[in-house]
Amino acid sequence: MTTTVSRPGAKRAAIAARTLRTDRWWLAPLITFAGLSAWVLYATVRVFMHKWYYVPDYHYLTPFYSPCLTDRCIEGSAEFGTPLPSFWLIPEAAFTLPFLLLFRLTCYYYRKAYYRAFWLSPPACAVPDAHAKYTGETRFPLVFQNLHRYAFYAATIISVINTWDAIRSFGTGFGLGNVILSANVVMLWAYTLSCHSCRHIAGGRLKHFSKHPVRYRFWTFVSKLNARHMLLAWVTLGTLALTDFYVMALAAGWWPDLRFIS
Amino acid sequence: MSRHFRVWRGDSSGGEIRDYDVDVNDGEVVLDIIHRIQATQAPDLACRWNCKAGKCGSCSMEINGKPRLGCMTRMSTFEESETVTITPLRAFPVIRDLVTDVSFNYTKARETPAFSPPEGLAPGEYRMQQIDVERSQEFRKCIECFLCQNTCHVVRDHEENKEAFSGPRSFIRAAELDMHPLDARSDRKEYAQANQGLGYCNITKCCSEVCPEHIKITDNAIIPLKERVVDRRYDPLVWLGRKIFRRDQLAEAPPAGVAPDAHLDVGEMLSTQSGGPSPFGDDQTFPLTDITYQHPAPGSPSREG
Amino acid sequence: MKERIERHLYDVVVIGAGGAGLRAAIEARLAGKRTAIISKSLFGKAHTVMAEGGAAAAMGNANSRDNWMVHFRDTMRGGKFLNNYRMAELHAKEAPERIWELETYGALFDRTPDGKISQRNFGGHEYPRLAHVGDRTGLELIRTLQQKIVSLQQEDFAETGNYESRIRVFSETTITELLLDGDRVAAAFGYYRESGELILLEAPAIVLATGGVGRSYKVTSNSWEYTGDGHALALRAGATLINMEFLQFHPTGMVWPPSVKGILVTESVRGDGGVLRNSDQKRFMFDYVPDVFRKQYADTEEEADRWYTDPDNNRRPPELLPRDEVARAINSEVKAGRGTKSGGVFLDVSTRMPAETITRRLPSMYHQFKELADVDITKEPMEVGPTCHYVMGGVEVDPDTAAAAGVVRGLFAAGEVSGGMHGSNRLGGNSLSDLLVFGKRAGEHASAYAESLDKRPKVRTADVEAAAGAALAPLHRESGENPYTLQQDLQAVMGDLVGIIRREGELTDALKRLHELKLRVANVGATGGRRYNPGWHLALDLRNMLVVSECTAKAALEREESRGGHTREDFPTMNPQWRKVNLVCSLDDMGEVHLERKPLPAMRPELLELFEYGELTKYMTDEELS
Repeated sequence: MTTTVSRPGAKRAAIAARTLRTDRWWLAPLITFAGLSAWVLYATVRVFMHKWYYVPDYHYLTPFYSPCLTDRCIEGSAEFGTPLPSFWLIPEAAFTLPFLLLFRLTCYYYRKAYYRAFWLSPPACAVPDAHAKYTGETRFPLVFQNLHRYAFYAATIISVINTWDAIRSFGTGFGLGNVILSANVVMLWAYTLSCHSCRHIAGGRLKHFSKHPVRYRFWTFVSKLNARHMLLAWVTLGTLALTDFYVMALAAGWWPDLRFIS
Repeated sequence: MSRHFRVWRGDSSGGEIRDYDVDVNDGEVVLDIIHRIQATQAPDLACRWNCKAGKCGSCSMEINGKPRLGCMTRMSTFEESETVTITPLRAFPVIRDLVTDVSFNYTKARETPAFSPPEGLAPGEYRMQQIDVERSQEFRKCIECFLCQNTCHVVRDHEENKEAFSGPRSFIRAAELDMHPLDARSDRKEYAQANQGLGYCNITKCCSEVCPEHIKITDNAIIPLKERVVDRRYDPLVWLGRKIFRRDQLAEAPPAGVAPDAHLDVGEMLSTQSGGPSPFGDDQTFPLTDITYQHPAPGSPSREG
Repeated sequence: MKERIERHLYDVVVIGAGGAGLRAAIEARLAGKRTAIISKSLFGKAHTVMAEGGAAAAMGNANSRDNWMVHFRDTMRGGKFLNNYRMAELHAKEAPERIWELETYGALFDRTPDGKISQRNFGGHEYPRLAHVGDRTGLELIRTLQQKIVSLQQEDFAETGNYESRIRVFSETTITELLLDGDRVAAAFGYYRESGELILLEAPAIVLATGGVGRSYKVTSNSWEYTGDGHALALRAGATLINMEFLQFHPTGMVWPPSVKGILVTESVRGDGGVLRNSDQKRFMFDYVPDVFRKQYADTEEEADRWYTDPDNNRRPPELLPRDEVARAINSEVKAGRGTKSGGVFLDVSTRMPAETITRRLPSMYHQFKELADVDITKEPMEVGPTCHYVMGGVEVDPDTAAAAGVVRGLFAAGEVSGGMHGSNRLGGNSLSDLLVFGKRAGEHASAYAESLDKRPKVRTADVEAAAGAALAPLHRESGENPYTLQQDLQAVMGDLVGIIRREGELTDALKRLHELKLRVANVGATGGRRYNPGWHLALDLRNMLVVSECTAKAALEREESRGGHTREDFPTMNPQWRKVNLVCSLDDMGEVHLERKPLPAMRPELLELFEYGELTKYMTDEELS
C-alpha cells in the first residue's frame, strides 16, 4: 500500500532506557528457557539410548519409543512390525517422533514460548526485540508454522497409539506403571484436543453456530480446554518425561513396579 | 503523602525525564497524579484523557515501562517508596509530553474494508442468533486505546514494518467481520493475510497481555484468522472433503471485490465458501430436515431417560 | 506578526463527533455534501461511550404492545410535560428506524431468541424498550457510526482516489467561534489542539453536536470535553437556549476517592440495605422524612432494619425516600458541616451484611469500585454526594429541522446540546435514540439549507482577526490567572450554589460570584506555548463554561417551582402555571445574558388524547383542560 503511515519527520519520544520495566520481566523467559532446554536434552539422550524402554513383564512401553519399529526392538515391544534397520541414528519411533516434534514446534503456545525465551523476539512485552530485522512468519522457513494442522492430524493418530499402549499394559494386572501410563495418555489427549487447530476444526471455522448445534457444543468444550493449552503443554512435558523415566527405571531394574493387582 | 514521580517531557525534537514530587491520596490513580501536576506544577503538561473510567481508551501511556491506561492504574499497586516513571507510548511519534501521534491506527482502520451489508435485507429485517454474534461482540468491546498496537514488537521495534503490518487492533476488526453472521464479504481472511500482514504476527501474545478490556486478541481473533487462512491454503482434509463431497462442482463464487489498491492471490480463491467447507457440507443445517425420525409417542419416556 | 490560518471550504461543518455529530455527518455526506467533522478529542472517544443502559426505541421486540404512542407518553411523563411535544413525537416515531439502520452499518446488539434485537426494561419505560449490548451500548453506537464514516470514506476513495474528498474528520480540534455574514452562518474558527495552529472552516451550514455542560460542576460523571462549547457558540452567534435550569443529578455519586469521583452508585445499594450516615456516624435520614411520607417510612432504626426481611409488617427505611428527598438531605447535612472532608456523606453496606451477600447482590458495584478505585465496599463505606449527569436544556431548535431558533440562520443543533426534547427530566435510554433521530434530521436539513443558498456567505477578515486575537490572548498573558484555579472556583460556585437543591439566596449569591469570575476569566493566562497545551485549552473553554453557567443560574432563579431536574427548596412543588413557560436565554451585543419567558407550544389534540384526563390534571391548569 502506498499510504504514508506517519508524517515525515515525526519522531518517537527520545527515551534513553531500552525498557523502563521495573518488575522481573526476565524471569518468565528464563524459566521457559531452562525448562524447555532441560526437557529437550533429556529427550534427546533418551531417544538415542536405544535401551531401557520396555518392561516385558507388564507391557510398559515408554511413549518415546512408541511404536517401536526397528530391528532392535526387544521381544514384545514392537506391535506394528519392524520395518526399520537398526542404525544408531534411527530412533525406535522414527515414524512418530518427527510428527510429535512438528506438532509441538508449530503449536501456538510453544511458538510463543520459544520466540520469547530462545529467539528473544521479544523477550517480554515492551522489552525490545533482540533482532534488527523482523519478518515474522511471512516467509521461509517460518511460513511452515502453518503446517500445524497436518501435525495435529498426525498427533491425533499418535495419541490413539499411545492409548493402545496404555490399554495393553492392563493385560498383566495393575500397578503404579499403569497409573502413570494412563495419566500420561489422558493428559496427552487433553493437550491434543485443546489445540487451537482442533478448536478451529471443531467449530471455530463456522460462521453460524446456531445452524450447527452439535459442533457448537464441541467447540464450547474445546474452547474451555483451549484456555488451559499452556498449562497442558507443560503438564504433558512433565508426564511424558515422568512416564519415560519410570519405564526406564523399571527396565534398568533400579526399582520394581509397585503392583496393586498382579 | 508526597511521592516521587518521573515524567517524560518534550516533543519530537527531544526531551527528558523530569522529576516531580506530588502528594498522593488514598484511592488515586496515575491519571489523578498527572492532573495534580498540571494543576499545581506544570499547567502545560500534555496528556490525553476523557472518561476517566476505562471506557474511552484515551489515557494510554507507559507506566514503569508497561503500556497501561492512566485511569486504570491505581497508585496502591506501587510501593510507597517506589518511583513511578511515566512515559509516552513508544511505538508512535511523539507530539508533546505524553501525547503521541496515533494516526497510524486510524490509517490502518480506514484501509480495512468496512462491513458489507447483505443484499435483499431491509433495515429491521436482520435476524441473528445470540450465539452467532457473541464472538464478534467480544471484539467490539475494543475501546481503541491502541495499547496492543503500541506493545506489538512487530512495529514497536521495527518501524519499517508499519507499512505492511496493521497490528492487533486491525486483526480483531477483520476477525469481527469474518465472524459477523450477516457480513456479505468472504475474503476477510485473505485480506488479513495479504494486506494486513497477518503473517508477521508470531503470537507472542503481548497484545492480549496489555488489553484493558481483556479481549483475548490472540486466542480468539488472530489464531482463528490464521487457521482460516490455513483452511484455504494448506489443509489436506479440506481439499479431500471438497473432492469427495463434490463441493468443487458448485459454481465458484465470483471473487469478492477488493479495495482498489489491494491485490488478491489467485491461490486464495479456491474455496467457494468462507471458512472452507464443513465435513457435512456448509449448506447443511441441523437438525437435518430430509431425514425422517421415528419420534417417540408423546408421554412415553425418552430413550435417554 | 501575521498569523498563518489554515482555510478549508465545506458545505456542512459538524462540530462534535459524538453520536449526534457522526449521525448528522453521515446524513450530510449521503446528501452529497462536502462534510467536515470537528472532534475535540480523538475520533471515536466522545462521551457517548459512557452510555451504558441502551437506546430506547419502541420496536416491540420484547412486548408487541409497545409502539410509538406508548413511548411518546412515557417521554412526556418523564419530562413532566415540559417537553417540546413535537420533538418527543418525532423521537418516538423515528427511533426504531434509526436503530435498525445501525444494524445495516454493522452494529451487533444483543438478540432475542427469535433473532431480533433484544430490549430491556428501564425506569420510566412502560415496556422493555432499550436496545442494548451488555452495558456498553454507547460504545457500540459510537463505533458503529465511526465505522460507517470510514465505509463512506472508502466509497469516496474508490471513486476519487482520496479518502477525504467528501468527508473529513478533524480530530483534536476545538472551535472557538462561529463567524457570521449578516445573520447567516459563514464559518467556524478554531485551533488544532495538537499544534496550536489556527483553522478556519468556511461553510454555509453548521451543525452543533457538542454535548453537555457537566464540567462546570465539582462532582460530575462527564468528561473534560463537556464545557458547554456548543451552547456558548450558539449564544454568541445569536441563537437562544431553553430549559437551562434543568440538569439531571443523581443523589448518590461517588465523591471519594478521586479516581471514581462522579461515578454513579446505583440506587439498589440502598434498596438492598445500604444506609446513609454523616460524619458523626448518625443515620441522619430519619430527620428528613417529610410529613406527607410519615405513614410509609419508619421512625426508628429497629423498625427500618426489620423492613428488609419483613416488609409487610414494618415501614420502609427513610433511605428509600424519593431521589430529591435523599439529595436534599445529603445536601443539608454537608452544608451543616456534618459531611465528610470531600463534601459527601457515607453510604455503608459493609457493616450491614456479610461480604458474600454484598458481592452476590451487587456484583457490578463491587467490581467497579474494586477495579477502578481499590475500594472494597464490603469492608469500608462509600462516600457519596449528588453528581451532575446530563443537561436537559440546550439550543432552542425547530423540532422538524433542528435549526436553531433566534436571529441566526444556517445553524443546527442535535443531541445533548439541543434543548426541549426531554423537558424537565430525561428518561434513561432516551439520550442515545435522541442522538440518532435528531442527528439525522440536523444533517439532512443542514444539507438542504446549504443546497438552497444561491451564494456562499462570506467571512469578513476583521472577524477572523478578532477571533484569532481572542484565541491567542491567554498565551500573551503569561502572568494571568491560573486556569485550573479558575475552573475549581467555578465548579465550587456551581456545585455548592446551583446544584441539585436550589434556594433563592444562594442563586443570587451565585450570580454575583459568577460575575466576579467573569472578570477574572477575562484575565486568564497560559504558559508553555501553543503545542498541545492543556492549560491554554482550558483557559479558552472557561469562557464558554461561564456564560452557560450564568444561563443556568439565571433560569434557576427565575423558575419558582420544582419540576424534574430543577428543585427549589423555597418552591417545593410543581406549578401548572410554570408548565406553560419556557425560559429562553440569549446574549446581547455586550455579552450580557438575558432571560425571557416564552410560552410552551401546545400539544396537538390527537396527542393529548393519548393521556387519561386524570393524569393531565396533575400537570395542566384548569383553563388548559377546559
